[in-house]
Amino acid sequence: MKTYTRKQRELKKNLVGWLLVAPSLVFMTCFTVWPIFRSIYLSLTKYRMGMASPEWIGFENYINLFHSGLFWKVMGNTLYFALITIVPSMVVGLFLATIVNRKSRLTGFVRTAYFYPVIMPMIAIASIWMFIYMAKNGLWDQLLVSFGQKPMNVLSSKKTVLPAMAVMYVWKEAGYLMVFFLSGIQSISEEVNEAARIDGAGAWTIFRRITLPLLAPTFLFVSTIALTNSFKLVDHVVIMTEGAPNNASTLLLYYIYQQGFTNFNYGVSSALTTVMLLLLMVVALPRFLSQDKKIHYN
Amino acid sequence: MKKKKAIGAAITVFAVVLGLLWLIPLIWLVGTAFSVPSFHMTLFPTTSFTLDNLKYVWNAIPFGTYYINTLILVVCTFAVQFITSTMAAYALGVLDFKGSALVFAVIFMQIIIPNDVLITPNFMTLSELKLVDTKIGMMLPFYGSALAIFLLRQHFKSIPRALADAARIDGATTWQTIWRVYMPCAKPAYLSFAVISVSYHWNNYLWPLIVTNSPANRTLTVGLAIFAKSKEANMQWANVCAAAFIIIIPLLLAFFVAQKQFMSSFVSAGIKE
Amino acid sequence: MRKKIALVTAASLLASVVALSGCGGGNKSGGNDAPPSTQAADAGAGAAETKAEEGGDAGSKDALHLTFYYPVNVGGSAAQLIEALCNDFNAENPDIVVEPVYTGNYDDTVTKLQTAVQGGTPPEVFVSLATQRFTMASTGMAMPLDDLIAADADGQEYINDFLPGFMEDSYVDGQIYSIPFQRSTMVMFYNKDAFKEVGLDPEKPPVTWEELVEYGQKLTNENRYGVGLALNSGSAQWAFTGFCLQNSENGENLMTEDGKQVMFDTPGNIEALQFWLDLQNKYEIMAPGIVQWTDLPTQFLAGEVAMIYHTTGNMANISQNAEFDFGTCFLPGGKRQAAPTGGGNFYISNGLSEDRVQAAWKFIRFMTEPERAAQWSLDTGYVATRQSCFETDLLKNYYAELPQAKVAYEQIDIAKPELTTYNAAEIWRILNDNIQSAVVGDATPEEALKAAQEQATEVLAEYQ
Repeated sequence: MKTYTRKQRELKKNLVGWLLVAPSLVFMTCFTVWPIFRSIYLSLTKYRMGMASPEWIGFENYINLFHSGLFWKVMGNTLYFALITIVPSMVVGLFLATIVNRKSRLTGFVRTAYFYPVIMPMIAIASIWMFIYMAKNGLWDQLLVSFGQKPMNVLSSKKTVLPAMAVMYVWKEAGYLMVFFLSGIQSISEEVNEAARIDGAGAWTIFRRITLPLLAPTFLFVSTIALTNSFKLVDHVVIMTEGAPNNASTLLLYYIYQQGFTNFNYGVSSALTTVMLLLLMVVALPRFLSQDKKIHYN
Repeated sequence: MKKKKAIGAAITVFAVVLGLLWLIPLIWLVGTAFSVPSFHMTLFPTTSFTLDNLKYVWNAIPFGTYYINTLILVVCTFAVQFITSTMAAYALGVLDFKGSALVFAVIFMQIIIPNDVLITPNFMTLSELKLVDTKIGMMLPFYGSALAIFLLRQHFKSIPRALADAARIDGATTWQTIWRVYMPCAKPAYLSFAVISVSYHWNNYLWPLIVTNSPANRTLTVGLAIFAKSKEANMQWANVCAAAFIIIIPLLLAFFVAQKQFMSSFVSAGIKE
Repeated sequence: MRKKIALVTAASLLASVVALSGCGGGNKSGGNDAPPSTQAADAGAGAAETKAEEGGDAGSKDALHLTFYYPVNVGGSAAQLIEALCNDFNAENPDIVVEPVYTGNYDDTVTKLQTAVQGGTPPEVFVSLATQRFTMASTGMAMPLDDLIAADADGQEYINDFLPGFMEDSYVDGQIYSIPFQRSTMVMFYNKDAFKEVGLDPEKPPVTWEELVEYGQKLTNENRYGVGLALNSGSAQWAFTGFCLQNSENGENLMTEDGKQVMFDTPGNIEALQFWLDLQNKYEIMAPGIVQWTDLPTQFLAGEVAMIYHTTGNMANISQNAEFDFGTCFLPGGKRQAAPTGGGNFYISNGLSEDRVQAAWKFIRFMTEPERAAQWSLDTGYVATRQSCFETDLLKNYYAELPQAKVAYEQIDIAKPELTTYNAAEIWRILNDNIQSAVVGDATPEEALKAAQEQATEVLAEYQ
């Protein structure tokens, strides 16, 4: 065995370290870091298909966006959709977790039933739900008719299109959030519950006074995940509505796609991407601020 | 006590009913896929059993190619992630080298900003690399995985140094140490990430849609979407259900068999995300 | 234990090598400079493509490989027909191999074209909407065809043989950029049994808007609407063109011929949009909200709608599946009868080498030969594009057998192109969105069309 000086050893360690991270770092730099800066740059240019190179225009893309009703509508849709998906899916997810947490012979079945939509592709789910929501002949409208109601054709009305998609989304997402809550609940020590029970607390009191507060960190990261997911998944818009009616279901990422890949307008698409980046950073903020408390990071 | 039991039973019943409600779309999908199409949609099939929908769809869409493409995508992506992430996780979790903070910064960036939203700039990069409409182009952005690095790093860190030191005293190189000590110990982490990675790429749509042009590279999800969106087909739902069935069945079966593994994978990935 | 992991790792290492080299190689479709033989092998993996290979490749390694993107907007079999036509071409021309690539519906195809151009591997020849031609020309995606036409001895004759109603959809600044291929027009399909049921003469479909309303009211009952129109994005603007033409003073269209200006907010057009709303809300003879283009034929076939506005491209589907007697007729008129044309044309990509251009042109000529165009029409329901098609026995027999199909051809005389401008996709979207805003009640027809006018004028400003 050769002997190295301390300095040499240190140098070698650093070298090996960098060599080992190099492949990952190259890929992440090319496809995460570089595109972020590129979006920001391109958002300050006019760049359409057919143009040889981007043309610097400063903040014009942003000014145009902020003056366009459509942009604010899309932002509104995106936030509204996030709200009406993550709140119910967290509530339902928590509820499912408490159900599944009980020991019963049927737990296995129930758990499977709640979780299976998580692993189905959104494309398949949206194709199926589109028929469920189909005007008149769809399962939903038929159900309404059988109760003596008028068919709604939910995907064609500006009031119902996002809520209808949200129902589908909650159906898909609740099982996913359920497993986090389940693991959160199960990490609460039984002794705490036991002590409360001896003090005469009922199940509801225990849930409200002990389980919920102890789940606070779980809530924090589940809401981050759910928010991020609701921003980054737009497959259902592509399949079900393409943004109709009158952009009532156009979400930000779909708008980015549309500007970039059907209108050939990379400048505007990049400006929208930059807005999306800001949004995601805001979402991530609380989680990073709370990191000092070492929640969920060891 | 009696009252408590009654409440318990009521909750169980409710849980099961809710479970059945959750199953409705799947029941409808399977029922419709395997019955003769009719003008009126019903929850349970009213027409007779048939394999024609499946046959029609299988012939109308080159599903064979799409399956192979998807498999290649899923396997190759995971294989590369496996190697790059193991290396990086070891460096970050065990070596504690100078400048690792920079790498962490990049990792956090990817965790906050998933590749899914960077479609426009990433497409440009890809077209400059002349990799549009290639399988490798579809995979490239995912070769460096912050999630995998994070997940593995946590596991590597929890492995006692003494084990690695012992190996090193025996004359093991860095590679051998990773190979013999770290990788075997982190098996659960690998398994978790495998589940996440495979189900993500099996289900991913927007990026493969943008990158692929020809059937030779299309994935299952892109193929299904083209089919579902094609205009002027009639009584489509039987065929779309059949197509959806073909696409979801492998993962669904895997899930039904290894339910617990799937759930714990999602938990571990989510928490460390 | 260790062995197992070693094995797994070895396998993944192997796989990753494949990932880095194998998967990447030779998968580009139809690159100008990519080696043709690997392409063929790759494309051959697709079940549909296999036949194409058998047809023409016949081992000739020097053969010129052309990629051909095509959308299919009609159900099912059209894709197979295109494959078969390409096989015929390849068999007839051993030195050329055309590889057809199905690229989804029209919108998807435009997206795919663009990504292919950006990726440096554009298809040599493609079918896209006739309305895309200004965009194709201005972005340099397609080339003018005049020189090719002039070089052919019968070039001018060839062009003159196309129905003028379709051919007018091919020019950009006086140059021909595209050749009509899968062209359609909107016709009315109506349920004759339902007509009889309510005491209407099944041989006398509505001719005017007033009759449309009157018949619609008779035909509407608890389980059936009288009139069906698809108002989803990408369909609404087509039907709307028709109604605007019908309601215009002198048959003015929605845009100028040079594609640089739109006229959305004329009083006639506002009335036309108001008429739609009246069908839904005032007369209640049309389903409220937005019915999808794809759902409408199904509803018609299920007997839930008695009269639908739809493409002639749906003829095959409807005639095969209708369990009742159905008829077709011209679209009822307001001030006049009129209808929009639509559908796809052939384009050749810009910047190809001369031999590829020649091969692509040969392919287009082949695909539009009268017999072939006639066969295509009768297999799909698209309107045959050339006058000489209508002299073939094929079409004569077809019209004798299925007189409903002839209506589309006869209607071409009074048909005009659908909305065609620069930045077509964006302008379409603007019109569609605003029409929908009126339909869902966000705006009055006047507000909606004024907004559409304003937004479209802004987008088109750079072309003035």
